[in-house]
Amino acid sequence: MAKHQLNPNNWIDLYSDYLFNYTISRVNDRVMAQDLVSETFLAGLKSMKNFKGEASERTWLVSILKRKIIDYYRKINSNKGKAEVRMTYNNDSESEGDWLEERVADPFDKTAEDKIENTELGNAIYDCLSKLPEKQAEVFKMKTILGYDTETICNELNITASNLWVLIHRARTALADCMEENWF
Amino acid sequence: MKKSFLFISCEEAKHICDKTQYGEATGWERIKLALRLSWCRITKAYSNKNNKLTDAIEHSEIDCLKNDERSKIKQQFEKELAKRQ
Repeated sequence: MAKHQLNPNNWIDLYSDYLFNYTISRVNDRVMAQDLVSETFLAGLKSMKNFKGEASERTWLVSILKRKIIDYYRKINSNKGKAEVRMTYNNDSESEGDWLEERVADPFDKTAEDKIENTELGNAIYDCLSKLPEKQAEVFKMKTILGYDTETICNELNITASNLWVLIHRARTALADCMEENWF
Repeated sequence: MKKSFLFISCEEAKHICDKTQYGEATGWERIKLALRLSWCRITKAYSNKNNKLTDAIEHSEIDCLKNDERSKIKQQFEKELAKRQ
């Protein structure tokens, strides 16, 4: 018997944020990331019969998403011949000789390693977030990740401010414990 | 019980600590928290954990969908799902 089964009714609630975070860190375009996530869910629906049940639902959806992201870059690159790269160097005579220094790599800039670590950290946070009750996770995301103010969240979710802070407190405590176990 | 002017309970300290993570604690609240932190080990441990979590989240640069963005994807998906059921 297959270890895992698909339940598309829960896909959006369970995986949309995870997949979006995965995509935005790779394509750096919010609208495109949404399109790719949407296409992934639709492609998943179409190829449900190919699911063997060996991987988890999320892993399977991520594998579809990866292909979508590769296709996206392929499409961009197929237009490469039409693209024109423009580099505007400073023509100001006062800064003559400085152009090379200006373009030397910043040693304090982010490296590929930092980026990988950030991605892994983001995945660890999402793994912990997925263990929270739905309401706590929703409030936490709105407050912490999207940076909405208290009043907006209270109006949108129809809760009081004290209710919000209770949910935030519970979410933060559970997340900190989970991260302590899995990351720190 | 009458609320103290300067001394706060552990629960209140944790609440202020949470608000501090979002920059929503007032100056006076932060003073009261600092006072509590100076002697209460439980509050201190909670505060350390809380700060560590905030740092991790900032460092990870995670993102998520806004409610309207998720609804749009959901609507599109449910339409397709209904066709197949």
